[in-house]
Amino acid sequence: MTAADEPGTLVERIAAQTPPHVAARVRGLSDRSIAWLFIAPTILLLLAINIFPLVWAIRLSFTSFMSNMPMPMRFNGIDNYIDILADEDVWQHFQATAHFVVSTIALQVVIGLGLALLINRQFRGHSFWTTVILLPMMLSPAVVGNFWTLLFQPQIGPFNYLISFFTGAPPSSFTMIGDVRLAPWTIVLVNTWMWTPYVMLICLAGLRSIPDYIYEAAEVDRASPWRQFWAITLPMVLPFLMLAVLFQAIQAFEMFDLVNLLTSGGPGSVTELVSITLKRSAFEKWETGYSSALAVILFVTVFGAANIYVKALNRVKQR
Amino acid sequence: MKATMKTSLMTAALIGAGVAAAAPLNSAYAEGKSLTMCWAAWDPANALVELDKDFTKQTGVEMKYEFVPWTSYADHFINLLNSHSSECDLIIGDSQWIGGAAENKWYVKLNEFFEKNNISMNTFIPATVVGYSEWPKNTPNYWALPGMADAVGWTYRKDWFARPDLRAEFKKEYNREIAPPETWDELLQVAKFFTGKEIDGKKVYGAYIFTERGSEGITMGATNAMYDYGFEYDDPKNPYHMEGFVNSAGAVKGLEVYKELYKCCQPPGLSNAYMQEGLDAFKSGEVAMQMNWYAFFPGLYKDPNVGGDKIGFFANPKGPYGQFTQLGGQGLSVVAYSHNIPEALDYVKWFAQPNVQQKWTALGGASASKAVLLSDAYKASAPYAPSFVASMGFVKDFWAEPLYVPLLLDMQKRLHDFVVADKGTAQHALDQLVKDWVKVFLQEGKNPA
Repeated sequence: MTAADEPGTLVERIAAQTPPHVAARVRGLSDRSIAWLFIAPTILLLLAINIFPLVWAIRLSFTSFMSNMPMPMRFNGIDNYIDILADEDVWQHFQATAHFVVSTIALQVVIGLGLALLINRQFRGHSFWTTVILLPMMLSPAVVGNFWTLLFQPQIGPFNYLISFFTGAPPSSFTMIGDVRLAPWTIVLVNTWMWTPYVMLICLAGLRSIPDYIYEAAEVDRASPWRQFWAITLPMVLPFLMLAVLFQAIQAFEMFDLVNLLTSGGPGSVTELVSITLKRSAFEKWETGYSSALAVILFVTVFGAANIYVKALNRVKQR
Repeated sequence: MKATMKTSLMTAALIGAGVAAAAPLNSAYAEGKSLTMCWAAWDPANALVELDKDFTKQTGVEMKYEFVPWTSYADHFINLLNSHSSECDLIIGDSQWIGGAAENKWYVKLNEFFEKNNISMNTFIPATVVGYSEWPKNTPNYWALPGMADAVGWTYRKDWFARPDLRAEFKKEYNREIAPPETWDELLQVAKFFTGKEIDGKKVYGAYIFTERGSEGITMGATNAMYDYGFEYDDPKNPYHMEGFVNSAGAVKGLEVYKELYKCCQPPGLSNAYMQEGLDAFKSGEVAMQMNWYAFFPGLYKDPNVGGDKIGFFANPKGPYGQFTQLGGQGLSVVAYSHNIPEALDYVKWFAQPNVQQKWTALGGASASKAVLLSDAYKASAPYAPSFVASMGFVKDFWAEPLYVPLLLDMQKRLHDFVVADKGTAQHALDQLVKDWVKVFLQEGKNPA
């Protein structure tokens, strides 16, 4: 007689096979305890890799600890925080970051929504163009960084030749990465190129979720396409768009790899985003205490802004 | 005759046996052992691999290598040393690391070993001993054997300088013959002269200089002008006192000259460029003159397109304060966390031998040994050799303090902000640098007041 032939439900049969000493131990546990037992490994893992480092970083932020020096950890109160907030250079790096985040998000939203509206229509080669548009976000930032660095080469880079073709300016007369005025826009351009497809994808999901009958009703009411866009499309896509903005803003705020490859924060410090400042102080200068304080400030800023934003997003959804 | 021959054979056998017995490196115990050598990935590292084949042949110790690109060289190896890793048995570490390496005991102190094995530091060029081996500086405490002598020098397109049309044009414009520059004023003149010229159908630029922001590039470049105009790291009579030395009028002028050279004559797009970009610019016929480390010059001299008769070399030019150049190069040290310290010390002993030093230079390395470097044979060996020997006589080095990294990164930021990003004035940049450095020295427990 096999197990399958035995009488009773599967659960009963498995319970019957549980060794008596295990069964005796588990029998005394409540459902709540068993639930805790199941989630305990995850909680422990979270504590170990998220909460503990956070608490440890907060602790370090109140010390003058340098991890490359054999010196004891010395408590220095809020000195690191004062140093950071009083440092003119750090504020400039925050300004550079704000410029990058705001510009990149604005461009991604406008272009991403536009592309989604185009791709949402049925036309020949629709799937092919969707794939082509999605390609940049599938590449590694390291590849994108090196690829654009080459494109921006003043003498051999095609980008300068393209600009030269349209403007008549000699290709080597300007340098996208090395010019103080152009470099901040260069990193915005590359990040927009890479991540607009992601915004488009989310907007496309939003557009596809709008039932056709709403548009059919609008047609019956003789609403113009422009009116349909403002009254139906945009309000119904808005929660999706806001979600994309949230993800992309967090991504842009912590942007490091792409910018580091393109400009290393230069020329001078004009494209030095706070993430690059943080890396330099933590892993080049080894100012562990100072960099922990900067990390805490960044965390609070992003966490606070994200919370406010999520509340706004929920309000939009409830409408 | 027979007896004489027999005696000779016996004598030869005895000498042979004696030599074999005395040979310090013919050690059977080393069979099956291996040593890992850590250094930067560049031309001289290939020469070292070639050289080390003799060591393996003599001792049976296999050599393994960990060569890391310059851009991550310091980060990578300092992290290893900080974490007390035994990954490297031997390390050719940058001159700036010596303070941290000595104070944190990353390297084995070599005084006793040198004494026991009759290795004298007097046989090496003094600047390299101070730069690569000593900590505290100018004290007989040795943590490395001078390994690879190097300094900043210049290459120029000898064929362009020799063109009659360009010579005539230059003479008409500046009322003198065009020649490798001896002063910074001349360098600026020549660089401006070539910039924008069309040579062999290509627009060329006057000079390539270091501008790299991330590691050490712009500091290793700009200091060559700043030293010559009066920049000092601190008051020689009052160590760590920097006000009026780092930001002296001369230092400010030197930095302005460097910026002028960058603005007038650097090829476009090279705003974050170091050694490799310089080599590329020179090899592609984009620049008339190139600042770079002497270590690359043997390779450039052999280059089929721009080497041979087409290339010339000159030492860093003079300024009103004197003639100095940035010291490069590294010392050979034994890592204190190595599991193979006796074999690693054997290697140092082998490497210090005059014949090995000779071969090291012949293969494309650069010995710091006086016997090799100051010999007539070396000076006549290649066109870059005379200016290299001269340069080694007036080198200056960056801080080698345990906290040299923050000191270096502060200078990188201030110089790049001014030279490349046009932020503020040279005076402001150097005033800010003094403030940054005071903060670092206070952290280190020094008194910069």
